Amino acid sequence: MAHERNKNDVKYVGDSRVKVRKEKLYPKPYSEYPGKTEPFFPNFLLKEWMAAVVFLGAFMVLVVSHPAPLEATPADPNDTSYIPLPDWYFLFLYQFLKYFPSGTAVWGAVIIPGFFALLFLLAPWLDRKPDRRPSKRPIATSLMLIVVAGIVFLTYEAVVQHKAQVEAMEASAAQHAQQAAPAPAPQDQGTTATFDPEAAYMQSCSACHGQDLAGTAAAPSLIALNLTVDEVVDIITNGRSGSQGVMPPGMFSGTEEQKKQLAEWVLSHQ
Amino acid sequence: MIQKVYDWLDERLDLSPIWRDIADHEVPEHVNPAHHFSAFVYCFGGLTFFTVVIQILSGMFLAMFYAPDIVNAFNSVKYLQTEVSFGYIVRGMHHWGASVVIVMLFLHTLRVFFTGAYKAPREMNWVVGVLLFAVILGLGFTGYLLPWDNKAYFATKVGLQIAEVVPVLGPYVKHFLAGGDIVGAETITRFFAIHVFFLPAILLLLLGVHFILIRRQGIAGPL
Ligand code: HEC
Ligand code: HEM
Repeated sequence: MAHERNKNDVKYVGDSRVKVRKEKLYPKPYSEYPGKTEPFFPNFLLKEWMAAVVFLGAFMVLVVSHPAPLEATPADPNDTSYIPLPDWYFLFLYQFLKYFPSGTAVWGAVIIPGFFALLFLLAPWLDRKPDRRPSKRPIATSLMLIVVAGIVFLTYEAVVQHKAQVEAMEASAAQHAQQAAPAPAPQDQGTTATFDPEAAYMQSCSACHGQDLAGTAAAPSLIALNLTVDEVVDIITNGRSGSQGVMPPGMFSGTEEQKKQLAEWVLSHQ
Repeated sequence: MIQKVYDWLDERLDLSPIWRDIADHEVPEHVNPAHHFSAFVYCFGGLTFFTVVIQILSGMFLAMFYAPDIVNAFNSVKYLQTEVSFGYIVRGMHHWGASVVIVMLFLHTLRVFFTGAYKAPREMNWVVGVLLFAVILGLGFTGYLLPWDNKAYFATKVGLQIAEVVPVLGPYVKHFLAGGDIVGAETITRFFAIHVFFLPAILLLLLGVHFILIRRQGIAGPL
């Protein structure tokens, strides 16, 4: 059959019956541009792999010097005091949503971000003049600059507010502990019956060792310590300085009996 | 010897045109940092791809240790992080790579935007790019839950609450992602499957299209 086709009329793709299109949309070849063109391989790639090596080197320095964070304990769905924080690249959306009171959340979560996403997706059809220089496309350029500035600002605000929130939470927990503790005992009263070691910990120790005893930047974890009660009492009384920093003496000023209970409570976290 | 094997294969499979097409295409002067240093902005796409490769490789090794259930997930990550030799490096690469990929993607997008490279005839490659962006964000969101500590758990909970706000579709989307009414045992298996099977498959498909289109259309000319 094939040889019956009039070869001068129609061209086909390979041995198929698909007709070859006459005009192509492809841009003109680079040989028509001025300047020094070179083949991708080997000329270009054998120089450009250097850029990748530098990039990988910097990346591995980051990886080795900053271990990926992992909290000390698995998720606890009942922990109502945990202040959630999405990964940093979602923070701007998270922050944006905060400006919308609960009834209007759909605007902050869906409608406005969705509108911008749509603009972004349709950019080639909204900005269709052939000019490509940013200066010749003032609307597109300035819109993008404003959006980028907005994203940076919202991300920054989110971080600042999260920090303030965590600090306020810690302060109120400490206050709470103070109220729960039986009046920071006049020392001789020694009302051991009502002494609450957890509250004392929250008040005197949690600022450095963390509310969950898992440690902070300021002090090491107190979970699964390999110490005796007497040793911990000694640390509470006299403080300690070592490779992980300085713990001042007298952070808790209760009776010897209360120190012992506090030490026992700390050591019960294994 | 290698030449002989290659010739044998080439005779049957006609290999040369495939790799010569990749190797021989011309790199124009205006995108080559060796000629104009400012052309480094054209490297961001390639560096994004490079980081995606890092993510895929480190992710494959993470999957050798990770157990996607609420009892073992956290402990398996902790074990990898603290006990396995070089485990913290593998996890660190995946953790930081997830951020680097977003940074590079953002820079690449800005480069394409400000050079007006999305204009005809490259509109469809821009659309493919936007889809790639969405897929990468999806990978970030689903991956964040997997270590199953409080940070992971509550961020996901908030994310799903936000998804629920979407009119009409919201509750279905939330239910589909969470696998139930709460963030729990079924959520983690779903997120795991989405993170390691569904989204990477879509990602590779879109990347293939992205690169084929770049080869077809060539990179946009000088400004
Ligand atoms: C000002 C911050 C601070 C406060 C408050 C504080 N600590 Fe410490 N603590 C430290 C630092 C820093 C170390 C680590 C010292 C070192 O490197 O040996 C430490 C170490 C310890 C250790 C030894 C841990 C180990 O790994 O051997 C114990 C036990 C301890 N603290 C208990 C307490 C108790 C109980 C309280 C509350 C009464 C408390 N700390 C309050 C900063 C603090
Ligand atoms: C995983 C994500 C992505 C990878 C690995 C990737 C990779 C690349 C590479 C290697 C190039 C060649 C030019 C260069 O390096 O700058 C390129 C070009 C291009 N990319 Fe991407 N890209 C990704 C995402 C995106 C996104 C999010 C967009 C836009 C929303 C986009 C739009 C484009 C367009 C339009 C071109 C053609 C540019 C031109 O011809 O000058 N890409 N991409």
